[in-house]
Amino acid sequence: MIVTLLHLAWLFAGLSMLAFGGGAGVIPDMQRAAVDVHQWMTAREFLDMFAISRAAPGPGSLIVVLIGQKAAGMAGAAVSFLAMFLPSCLVVYFVARGWHRAANAPWRAVVERALAPVAVGLTFASGLALARGTEEGLTLYGITAASTVAFAYTNIHPIALLAMGAAIALAVGG
Amino acid sequence: MGNRDARQPSLASLFAGFVSIGLMSFGGGLAAWTRREVVQRRGWLDDRQFLSGYALSQLVPGATNVNLAVFIGTQLRGLPGAFATFWGLTTVPLVIVLTLGALYLYSQGMPAGHWFSASLTGMGAVAIGMNLGTGIRLARRNIRGVIPIGIVAAVTIAIGILGFPLVQVLAVMMPVSLFLAWLGRDR
Repeated sequence: MIVTLLHLAWLFAGLSMLAFGGGAGVIPDMQRAAVDVHQWMTAREFLDMFAISRAAPGPGSLIVVLIGQKAAGMAGAAVSFLAMFLPSCLVVYFVARGWHRAANAPWRAVVERALAPVAVGLTFASGLALARGTEEGLTLYGITAASTVAFAYTNIHPIALLAMGAAIALAVGG
Repeated sequence: MGNRDARQPSLASLFAGFVSIGLMSFGGGLAAWTRREVVQRRGWLDDRQFLSGYALSQLVPGATNVNLAVFIGTQLRGLPGAFATFWGLTTVPLVIVLTLGALYLYSQGMPAGHWFSASLTGMGAVAIGMNLGTGIRLARRNIRGVIPIGIVAAVTIAIGILGFPLVQVLAVMMPVSLFLAWLGRDR
């Protein structure tokens, strides 16, 4: 039990520091560790947990608490959660403090101007990459395209959009 | 941290704001919800500050949207603010995920859930559209001129279409973007 907890802490603290550009990039590493190396679960179970973590509200990286829960119960979930988020949050905290202190520094204005187009590009890129990775068939692409336009150009409430997406997917594929 | 100004929110409202962001975001629409709540509805940050935070959150390892919450909390209220936004964002989803996980482990092998998974897929498709729509909104307000448009296009195509790893694309595009912004700085 203690050994499993240490494995979980070591695994997720390491992946936390490797997850450049968000949690999605280290999912394959999690799968290898949880299914092949430590054999905490089957490949099918891992995919189901991935689906649950994506479907539930909140950050997708919460898949770590499902892996921890399966491997070592509630203690495993708690250890995995802290190991995944504490190291990266500490780094962000110090970056944010430095950024705040530089509020009036000339370099910050230059960096802000440089970051804006990169961030907008990353927004588009993550949407496209997610669509390519998870969507099959015209219906889902159609839902994504329609909600892109609706979200960008109207003030329709996102909950209404989500409900419509669910209803269409049910009607077509359910 | 810093001077109190009129926009500085209370810790309770920071927590509440990020509870709603965490609750509303299905399947990856978190950046969309964060901008809607923090910039559009509450006016804690303007677009430029939000974009800087978003890009820095991607440059630092870890889950982007958790990073973004901690960044925004730190900017607005220092360490207590970071705690408020982090726990605001994660507490309710954590309980939901653990509950779903426990249900899943108990119900393994039961045939139910086909409709459930179909509607989840539909909501996931909407959430992706919300991310793309946020990109369009941000681009319309903040991207002016040939050079920034070119950078947006390069990053979008390299990662979103050609599938290059994010780390490599940032390692190339950040210096390029910094250099061009430095050339065009106000003197």
